[in-house]
Amino acid sequence: MKKKRSLISCIQEFKRDTILTPIFVIGEVAFDVFIPMMTGKLLDEGVKAGNMSRIFQYGILVVVMALMALLLGALSGRFAARASTGFSRNLRREMYRNVQKFSFANIDKFSTGGIITRLTTDVTNVQMAFMMIIRIAVRCPIMLICAWGLTFSINPKLALIFLIVIPVLAVGLLVIMKSAHPLFERVFKKYDWLNNVVQENLLGIRVVKSFVREDHEREKFGKVSNEIYMDFTKAEKILSFNMPLMQLCVYGCMLTVSWLGANLVVGGQLTTGQLTSMFSYIMMILMSLMMLSMVLVQIVLARASAERIVELLNEESDLKNGPDPVKEVKDGSVVFENVGFSYARDPEKECLKGVDLTIRSGETVGILGGTGTSKTTLVQLIPRLYDATEGRVLVGGVDVRDYDMEALREQVAMVLQKNVLFSGTIKENLRWGNKEATDEELVRACELAQADGFIREFPDQYDTHIEQGGSNVSGGQKQRLCIARALLKKPRILILDDSTSAVDTKTDALIRKAFREEIPDTTKFIIAQRISSIEDADQILVMDGGRVAAMGTHEELLGSCDIYREIYESQTKGGGEDEA
Amino acid sequence: MKPDHARPSVKKSQTIRRLLRYVGRGYAVKFVLVLICIMVSAIASVSAALFLGSLIDDYITPLLAMDNPVFDGLIHALILMGCLYLTGALCALAYNRLMVTISQGVQKKIRDDLFSHMQSLPIKYFDTHAHGDIMSIYTNDVDTLRQMLSQSIPQVINSMMMIVVALIGMLTTDLLLTGVVILCVAAMLGVTRFLAGRSGRHFVRQQVKLGDLNGYIEEMINGQKVVKVFCHEEEAQEGFDAVNDALFESADKANKYANILMPILINIGNIQYVIIAMAGGALALSGIGSGITLGVIATFLQLSKSLSNPISQISQQLNSVVMALAGAQRIFDLMDEPAEEDHGTVTLVNVAFDQDDKLYETKEHTNLWAWKVPQEDGSYKYTKLAGDVRFDHVDFAYEEGKTILHDISLFAKPGQKLAFVGATGAGKTTITNLINRFYDIADGKIHYDGISINDIKKTDLRRSLGIVLQDTNLFTGTVRENIRYGNLDATDEEVEAAAVLANADDFIRRLPQGYDTMLTGNGANLSQGQRQLIAIARAAVADPPVMILDEATSSIDTRTEAIVQRGMDSLMCGRTVFVIAHRLSTVRNSDAIMVLDHGRIVERGDHEDLIAQHGVYYQLYTGAFELE
Repeated sequence: MKKKRSLISCIQEFKRDTILTPIFVIGEVAFDVFIPMMTGKLLDEGVKAGNMSRIFQYGILVVVMALMALLLGALSGRFAARASTGFSRNLRREMYRNVQKFSFANIDKFSTGGIITRLTTDVTNVQMAFMMIIRIAVRCPIMLICAWGLTFSINPKLALIFLIVIPVLAVGLLVIMKSAHPLFERVFKKYDWLNNVVQENLLGIRVVKSFVREDHEREKFGKVSNEIYMDFTKAEKILSFNMPLMQLCVYGCMLTVSWLGANLVVGGQLTTGQLTSMFSYIMMILMSLMMLSMVLVQIVLARASAERIVELLNEESDLKNGPDPVKEVKDGSVVFENVGFSYARDPEKECLKGVDLTIRSGETVGILGGTGTSKTTLVQLIPRLYDATEGRVLVGGVDVRDYDMEALREQVAMVLQKNVLFSGTIKENLRWGNKEATDEELVRACELAQADGFIREFPDQYDTHIEQGGSNVSGGQKQRLCIARALLKKPRILILDDSTSAVDTKTDALIRKAFREEIPDTTKFIIAQRISSIEDADQILVMDGGRVAAMGTHEELLGSCDIYREIYESQTKGGGEDEA
Repeated sequence: MKPDHARPSVKKSQTIRRLLRYVGRGYAVKFVLVLICIMVSAIASVSAALFLGSLIDDYITPLLAMDNPVFDGLIHALILMGCLYLTGALCALAYNRLMVTISQGVQKKIRDDLFSHMQSLPIKYFDTHAHGDIMSIYTNDVDTLRQMLSQSIPQVINSMMMIVVALIGMLTTDLLLTGVVILCVAAMLGVTRFLAGRSGRHFVRQQVKLGDLNGYIEEMINGQKVVKVFCHEEEAQEGFDAVNDALFESADKANKYANILMPILINIGNIQYVIIAMAGGALALSGIGSGITLGVIATFLQLSKSLSNPISQISQQLNSVVMALAGAQRIFDLMDEPAEEDHGTVTLVNVAFDQDDKLYETKEHTNLWAWKVPQEDGSYKYTKLAGDVRFDHVDFAYEEGKTILHDISLFAKPGQKLAFVGATGAGKTTITNLINRFYDIADGKIHYDGISINDIKKTDLRRSLGIVLQDTNLFTGTVRENIRYGNLDATDEEVEAAAVLANADDFIRRLPQGYDTMLTGNGANLSQGQRQLIAIARAAVADPPVMILDEATSSIDTRTEAIVQRGMDSLMCGRTVFVIAHRLSTVRNSDAIMVLDHGRIVERGDHEDLIAQHGVYYQLYTGAFELE
């Protein structure tokens, strides 16, 4: 079991700033306590006594102290800013690093919205709390103790009154924090939900608008928005007891001190001057407590956020390298041994059952089957995007789970059905395949993928900017760019998951020809809807209901497999090629 | 950066005014109550403090003189003070709680208004803005308002009152010394202005960078599969680190300037104290300043403390205020995005025939629709919704100078099935974007049932069109809810009938909870083809007079497609259908096929005509030619 990661471990290089801040704060507080004493003396011994030289003496002293306090305060502020924003930067970085390791099951567990909230809103909350802790939460207790110490020096018995208040205050605060915490936990979960609603709306805005469902969406959003409002209001209302509670405690002390103090004064055990100072120290205590209550509010809020961050930091990917992973993929052979798979990891609900396959390195495998027959699921097991629930998948004679994941995926290029391009230029997108690729290599890959032609028609050619999700190139162009990107990896295994569906037959044929001639040693898996795309494959798998219904060459299957023949006939009736 | 950033101060005051308008709207009474409570609690604490001062002189000292001290007076005084304290605390509780409601209420209202406005923005906005950045406004930017509204505003108001009380006290004590104090306050304001300006600029950048970060995460997680397949984790991390570092840098600076303000102000206060003491002392002792006595200076020094304390308290709230203004600016920028323009006046209504076979409007669901066209004399003309679509020499460019469509003319009669084929990027999807007015073109170019589509209200126009798009988007919810999205009034039977029609019923029933299976993450665990089938069912349940199928069956195998097509054909019998596809099997049985190339119609006719022509379509069909 890996050691649990804590938030504190993310401070890292900002340890210095984190430690310096409270040190400077302590210096600042020292002056903050001394300066009022000096100004008091200035008033009493200088002004009230009409002594100009005293005024100057204390005046200069105060100015010097004030300048020192200013310097220390500014330094503590500066370091606090660096420590807290740096801390939050590290938190974000570490979280993102962990997210990179996530399997899709992990991502589904948190949802995109949940991950985003944790990396932004939650971190901001923790950052604020952290800054308050190293500054104000250091400052206030010191002020408090100093002030209390001073009351103690005046009259220890009176000072003891504060000890009675502490348990009252502690219990009160505990109750407040305990009851607010679960509400905040709920609030941030709703933030995830809000993020998801907005994201879905943004992604599906064309659907929303074409079905004229704006009002429906508004209602949906209004519901989340309202729930956040309700929970947050409730939580903050509980927290609003904080300040009055502290005020009441301090005021209670004040009254008690007044009463007892008056008796002491009458009894001659205390002077009126001492009582006055006592009052001003109590005011100091009150001020510190009020500031602390503000910190406390932020801490309660941040606690829920911190827990959510830790949860993400400690989430272990369910796809991990085994001990001593194999770093090299020997060849492009692929073997499936009685493989079963279920997204829910439930053997009862397998969507892939009892698959046995042996594919030699360099072969071309066509995969055909109806909608929802688990074609995509089957090929996703090869680069280990998911782990088989049953049986095992071998690449180059080694179980995929024994490979170093990166080494395996480096050798298995997959062009996904849902192609994604990222915002950036065409070149940048292509270099995903191989970041060291020269311009010549890029052009070569694009020629093979039949993408060079249309790229050259763009005014900026290979430097054309692609919008988020590739919304400014058409479906077929996107597919060809994605194929080129995959080719640049020079993989041992290439998987095309229905990746030429938007490409016309002639181009499709040219791409396949390029595959045959240029990368003959690469094992190729081609999922397709049209038979023409796969009929010259070495082996063709016909999928049906999560099983391999038949396997063989085009000719063999025409003779033996009813499903295959039916598809073939449906696509060829009328003669000639059916698709373009 | 927008040009109006050049005048930030104007913008800032506008931002504040707009925020206040939100508080005023709906919370005016509560806000006045808050003000009263703050005032009462301030008065209570001020008078309690004053009372405390007199406690010793007026109550305790006299006791000393008595032989047999009577504590009654003191007890009364303490009880009175207790009452003051209690009032103060209760008022504090009251205004804090009220402020929570106001602050959260305003945030909710702003969120709702943001979303509501966003729904009315043109498609172009969504195509050109990073989604994550927009999402950040709803959470991170709205969040900045929370602290400002619930903590800073009460604190600032409270402190302001203290300042006013102190200033009045000063003015009535001595004008000359007040002048000195005002000079110091001016210095404090100068420093505040400078630092707040600095810090504000960086807070604005911080919020922008936070939006960038949000955008980056959103885009990368959406493409996580690609990241994995290409082992691009490290590069993704590098990209993230770059944005993250930029955020760190601006956040660090913003907080730094905000943090050093408080120590500066507190100590200017201390120095001011010394200056007053020295100046006052010198004046009093030299006898130049007439009327300044040592007693006056002593009082004045106390007052100057009660002036600089609240000022430094305000300064503590500064960073949350400045940050909130930065957030609010981004919020209002989104709210100021111009909404989709719609000057359409023609609406879609349910109609029925009266005895004379004339159309009349009715509220009942008659399944018969008509366009309600306002006439110049104020009356209405009803035109039956038929689905007749005409393009008249349409040219179109998304960006000026880059014409996508050239001189497109076409007509679709009700009941016809029209197909567009052509290479990717030939402008097929653009045509559908124009029919449902995702993008607008010059008036009078496209007619729908004889009415220029620019005259039809957008919502009514879109309601009459069913569209299945290239990219399927499903929403979080059950399968049933997703299909019902097409027609919110559809019964369960209608939903299931639509699914049967789309050939989706079969696989839906095999899902763990059938129609009640929850879909999340855009239907993550369904295959691409299955998602398309659900999208088709969704359009079918809407039962529209005109249907646009844009590559609606591209991920569906050909056998299933044939079944779906038969279903759709029977549903759309007598209605207009536009089909866009690569697969010629999808378009073969259309009444008219338009072959598009580089935004021009190069051939048109039905399948047999086009084959006989031996032109582009023929070559496409025989696989001998590529359209590029």
